[in-house]
Amino acid sequence: MREINVFEITKAVRNLCINSNYYLSQDVKDRIKEAFNNESSSMAKDILEKILKNIDIAKNEDMPACQDTGMACVFVEIGQDIHIVGGDLEDAINEGVRQGYIEGYLRKSVVKDPLNRVNTKDNTPGVIYYDMVSGNKLNITVAPKGFGSENMSQIKMLKPADGIEGVKEFIIEVVRDAGPNPCPPIVVGVGIGGTFDKAANMAKRALIRPLSEKNNNKFYRDLEDEILEEINKLGIGPQGFGGKTTALAVNIETYPTHIAGLPVAVNINCHVTRHAHIEL
Amino acid sequence: MEKKISLPLTYDKVKQLKIGDSVLITGVIYTARDAAHKRLVELLDEGKSMPIDVKDSIIYYVGPAPAKPGQPIGSAGPTTSYRMDPYTPRLLNSGLRGMIGKGLRSKEVIESMKKNGAVYFAAIGGAAALMSKSIKKAEIVAYEDLGSEAIRRLEVVDLPVIVVIDSEGNNLYEISQN
Repeated sequence: MREINVFEITKAVRNLCINSNYYLSQDVKDRIKEAFNNESSSMAKDILEKILKNIDIAKNEDMPACQDTGMACVFVEIGQDIHIVGGDLEDAINEGVRQGYIEGYLRKSVVKDPLNRVNTKDNTPGVIYYDMVSGNKLNITVAPKGFGSENMSQIKMLKPADGIEGVKEFIIEVVRDAGPNPCPPIVVGVGIGGTFDKAANMAKRALIRPLSEKNNNKFYRDLEDEILEEINKLGIGPQGFGGKTTALAVNIETYPTHIAGLPVAVNINCHVTRHAHIEL
Repeated sequence: MEKKISLPLTYDKVKQLKIGDSVLITGVIYTARDAAHKRLVELLDEGKSMPIDVKDSIIYYVGPAPAKPGQPIGSAGPTTSYRMDPYTPRLLNSGLRGMIGKGLRSKEVIESMKKNGAVYFAAIGGAAALMSKSIKKAEIVAYEDLGSEAIRRLEVVDLPVIVVIDSEGNNLYEISQN
């Protein structure tokens, strides 16, 4: 059985925390450039230009693109033929978060208790998701999540009778309610189906899918396109000052659900949509 | 067309600012966000004086990333403003003249801005590395225990912002989306 030492996992998580915050991925940058070319108002163009410039400064000077370097969401896919040795996996991941946020000069935004709000001073703990998969690899994705956009996210338990129209209406309503608050242009992660918690989880996972990739299923691919078009007709625009670009992408993930239910979760991300991945 | 303004931000200067104006701010401003606002208003409730003089000043809603060695500050873009709304009218009544943040404000805040003659600017959310280039010096002046939420005194040169709500209560968000 293949062995992976927790030391390697700590090192990987550390680097992913730093890299995801400093270097925005090409898919996001490409979509912002497209949006810049597509906008006609001078205000919208000027804002998108400054956003692109910001991405370059962050990259060239090794500094975070946004000061809200987020809560570290860590997605771990564990191949079932791996043996993790040398210590506790969860401790190793959080140690990676700690090292990354301290050594990378990232902001520590986590409080130990939601009501007695004392900062943990090292951005731990991360929010960690484990999946067991086949094979003997370990895949780790770190997606730091800022809360300007997280706070604008919503979930709703629709009725089956609400159908596709109900789903569309809800997603668009969430984006309209959010308005300028989540730093548009935004990325909209949607989870449809499963249970209450599964829908929210899928919405979060939808945000780590590259913006250049669509849903595999044609029905949902078309729905992504249709909802994106509707959202961009809202006219909220970059930073809420009007324009054609309210969202850069709509990513939908789905799962089978119960005969009585139609859960829909909408997780909003800002234009600083961050994710970095490594396979060990 | 960009307007340049310098601190202190007097009533007369605020009256000349209109929604949609791109403004470059130079001078001393202060940072404060959720936890610092809570403490400032608690002091006012107790009839005590605040650790900063907000009169004719600007508060920037930001919790900056830590400075790397040799840098005055880390990335420093705006945080969402509505969370400060419950506290803001108290500070405006104390003479605060401007705020920098992003996103919508409550009716109560806008009414208080009209009454007191104050302006609300938006900075570009997420353009935090870019914004940090306009901050030449930063020092903590209160609530060091709050970490990134501590109150900082910033010396800024040509900090780029946009007038979103002016002292007449005109609102760029409402106008530009219709």
